[in-house]
Amino acid sequence: MKTRLLAVVCLMLSMPVWAQEVKIDIKEFMFAPKDLNVAVGTKVTWVNDDQIPHTVAETHKVFRSGALDTNDSFSWVFNTPGEFEYFCALHPQMIGKIVVSQ
Amino acid sequence: MDIHRKHERRTDGPLNPDRRTLLKCSAWAGAGVLWALSGGIPRAFALDDSGNVSDPKALASTFHFVQISDSHIGFNKEANPEPSKTLQVAIDKVIALPKRPSLILHTGDITHLSKPEEFDTAAQLLKGLPSTVHYVPGEHDTLDEGGGKLYLERYGKGTKGNGWYSFDDHGVHFIGLVNVFNFQAGHEATLGADQLAWLADDLRAVTSSTPIVVFTHIPLWTIYQPWGWGTEDGDQAIAMLRKYGSVTVLNGHIHQVIQKVEGNITFHTARGTAYPQPAPGTAPAPGPMTVAADQLRNYLGLTDVRATQGEHPLALIDSTLV
Repeated sequence: MKTRLLAVVCLMLSMPVWAQEVKIDIKEFMFAPKDLNVAVGTKVTWVNDDQIPHTVAETHKVFRSGALDTNDSFSWVFNTPGEFEYFCALHPQMIGKIVVSQ
Repeated sequence: MDIHRKHERRTDGPLNPDRRTLLKCSAWAGAGVLWALSGGIPRAFALDDSGNVSDPKALASTFHFVQISDSHIGFNKEANPEPSKTLQVAIDKVIALPKRPSLILHTGDITHLSKPEEFDTAAQLLKGLPSTVHYVPGEHDTLDEGGGKLYLERYGKGTKGNGWYSFDDHGVHFIGLVNVFNFQAGHEATLGADQLAWLADDLRAVTSSTPIVVFTHIPLWTIYQPWGWGTEDGDQAIAMLRKYGSVTVLNGHIHQVIQKVEGNITFHTARGTAYPQPAPGTAPAPGPMTVAADQLRNYLGLTDVRATQGEHPLALIDSTLV
């Protein structure tokens, strides 16, 4: 029983390492999910579901997409741990954050 | 975040997007409204259902100009699959005016995605207008890789900074301001210190009796902060304009008519020619609003501005594309 529980816990802890690709939807002028925790090496892809173009711009210009029209996407691989806050450079009330951990 | 905290502090009743205010605004927009500035005091005259002004003296103008906005050439979604067609309807309406306008202001979002072919199509259509067009960019005109380079190459000649400028026509001082660059996370649009310094300098030579028309894309005053419908440092520009007897601030961006009067300053946003957007706070997001195809032209339109020089009135007349 204990071994099984340990196995499940190990599985849960290692989930982020396995989930190397994560999608963020841009819908109704929001990033969903707005805040996201990922493991180092994760590739995050933003997809615009709105009829209006949006962008994905890291606050300190670590990454910055072009204009994403409907169904366009932008991807970024997070290779360093840290907090990355980003926003839409066209609609700056749209904000989001990626926390990257080892 | 910052924007929400500020929103809670808002106390300006007429701009609170409560239902009653919105209904009043849309009622005015539907029938059309005329603003007359007499000796610096604005007076509103409603237009009747057939679009006529009850007081014909208000229209005895010696000079008038037209504002068009938000053409969004390149947009092709459900809310309006063919914005070039509705822009053409607006242009035809300008051509059909009984008196040719002295000039035309385009308050931005000429294109939807700043693609060269969108700028080409827009220019081709707008060439049909009967008077010189003065432009300011919208944020949709800055989406090229150069971040607004295509717009500035086409429309930025003789302007300062990212495209701001002023000129005089028929004794009116026109000021085109730009607030669609350098957006910061969680903040409204900005004019920036350079542009504000230029504005202060530009106004030095303008006497307080000169009528002033300021035109810019995003509303210079805050209409609805959660949607970013405002300019953070717009109040600094407005403060510089308070001493003038007649100031008219014309904006686009929100694809609907909203107006307010503050002292001698009349604020007014124009309808677009592409697609409607929801009234502030009435939808989860400010995206395009799809209406029945046969209703679309009720939501699109242009603004005609008239001035009678002797008596100093300036009148704003909104009309739809119906």
